[in-house]
Amino acid sequence: MSELLVPFAYDYMVKAMWVSALVGGTCAFLSAFLMLKGWSLMGDALGHSIVPGVAGAYLLKLPYAAGAFLTGLLAALGMAFVRSQTRLREDAVIGLVFTSFFAAGLLIVSINPTSVNVQSIVLGNILGISDEDANQVVIISAVTLGVLLFKWKDLMVVFFDEGHARSVGLSPGRLKVLFFTLLSAAVVAALQTVGACLVIAMVVTPGATAYLLTDRFPILLVIAVAIGTLTSLIGAYLSYFLDGATGGVIVTLQTLVFLAAFYLAPRHGVLAARRRVAASLNRRAAGAERGAP
Amino acid sequence: MSGTGRSSASGFTASIRIRDVTVAYPNGTTALQNASFELGAGTICGLVGINGSGKSTLFKAIMGFVTPLAGEICISGLTTRAAQKRNLIAYVPQSEDVDWNFPVLVDDVVMMGRYGRMGFLRRPSATDRRKVDVALDRVGMTAFRRRQIGELSGGQRKRVFLARALAQEGLIILLDEPFTGVDVKTEAAIIDLLRELKAQGHLMLVSTHNLGSVPDFCDQVVLVLRTVVAAGPTATTFTQANLERAFGGVLRHFRLEGQELHADNDHRGVTVLTDDERPVVFYGTRRATDRPRRSGEGRDA
Repeated sequence: MSELLVPFAYDYMVKAMWVSALVGGTCAFLSAFLMLKGWSLMGDALGHSIVPGVAGAYLLKLPYAAGAFLTGLLAALGMAFVRSQTRLREDAVIGLVFTSFFAAGLLIVSINPTSVNVQSIVLGNILGISDEDANQVVIISAVTLGVLLFKWKDLMVVFFDEGHARSVGLSPGRLKVLFFTLLSAAVVAALQTVGACLVIAMVVTPGATAYLLTDRFPILLVIAVAIGTLTSLIGAYLSYFLDGATGGVIVTLQTLVFLAAFYLAPRHGVLAARRRVAASLNRRAAGAERGAP
Repeated sequence: MSGTGRSSASGFTASIRIRDVTVAYPNGTTALQNASFELGAGTICGLVGINGSGKSTLFKAIMGFVTPLAGEICISGLTTRAAQKRNLIAYVPQSEDVDWNFPVLVDDVVMMGRYGRMGFLRRPSATDRRKVDVALDRVGMTAFRRRQIGELSGGQRKRVFLARALAQEGLIILLDEPFTGVDVKTEAAIIDLLRELKAQGHLMLVSTHNLGSVPDFCDQVVLVLRTVVAAGPTATTFTQANLERAFGGVLRHFRLEGQELHADNDHRGVTVLTDDERPVVFYGTRRATDRPRRSGEGRDA
């Protein structure tokens, strides 16, 4: 029994757990919006696009968050620009822009191998996070969560119906910029916990799971945030025993929760759908029997 | 009370004035050129034209989604943005523009109509809840208020968005193809509701392909073909000549005359114009207004 409490004896483990939980909750909040719009890949794109920013920031001895944020924003603007100037489809534009940024990031890292460990960007390194970096992550997450708590209803209206959002006096353009700014910020924070490659899971899976479990947006938000927070907390805890990359454990947990919802969700799950089909077949069979002479 | 045309609180009267509006898209196409028309309170105006004629561009311009290259859009004496800040314009979107899988209930959608009138945190007040109840009741959707919107039929879906517009209490209501995918009963119910709103002084701009019902419920029409071809009272503007100008050769056009129609020497003919919805019928030189209103049922006459 006492063995299970060992991780709590280490400061770095306790820090890893609560920082992960905070980041997981923030990303999950955003995931509820992102997956509804078919913009999920934007999360992936941002995750990769901030790599050159982080690498550059380490090189110039600047706070990594500033660099990450800058290149994340540049990538988002780049995508919007290419999209408006060509007839390329959105997925092609996203693929084009983020891989260019990621490549630039890897190039910077490979030219200056001492500047930063590639692995810690790509896979995350929450167990070895410095106090300074941890502070950045906490501030980013707290501010993002705070803004979301005030603005989630406005964002929901914009995501549901931009025309209506305008007609009640909201500015969909400005709110979308706000959303992507928050998303970039959350992705920067998640970079430390799960790394660039798995950021996408943090900003998609909790929302997607919750979507299968409810038809009400406020409840969806609560479920998503709960999944994101708990899986990140437990994932960080388990990674002590498994000796595995924290990001891998967290995302694996999220996937398991998703699979459970996928099969067992009361209305939108696979089993529920089968039950409905079976029930209607039974009814029809019973009706036919009764109808027979 | 659910909305009167002359909102005593705001002191505004419903009106739309479009003057020499030109809209061009980044890809270079001019969707609308020098469009002008004017509408006042207590009006149901049909917006008619082929696909790509600029109907939706006109809506987008009034909603402020596109900024005209030239010209002026004036809503109750205000700019579009200022009018929206005051909740003067409500919008009923086309069904295909709505994500029906969005996790919202009927109740939630109608409550969104009240958002512009709520405080910073958008917490509904007792008044907001009451207005939602009234709006749902008025469109007959109270029994469905706890349903997710995707579970509704085509007609019910339309009514939910109408209820949202009612709850919003906009003086001006834009309706984008409200009769598409809607059964006859719902269509009649929607038209009745629009008439009530008209009597209260609201201004409704309704885009429709349903040419046959335009004379039934619209007192004004605007015909568009990349500009405003004709605008004015239905009786004088919704004519065969104007329709032919607005639709070019795109309308299905049937004409029966002489021997096919009469045994005597009457040389008047029947002209049927249809945009694949309910057709509009002209008899002789005038529209056959004395015919039963719903005679031309069916999508393809």
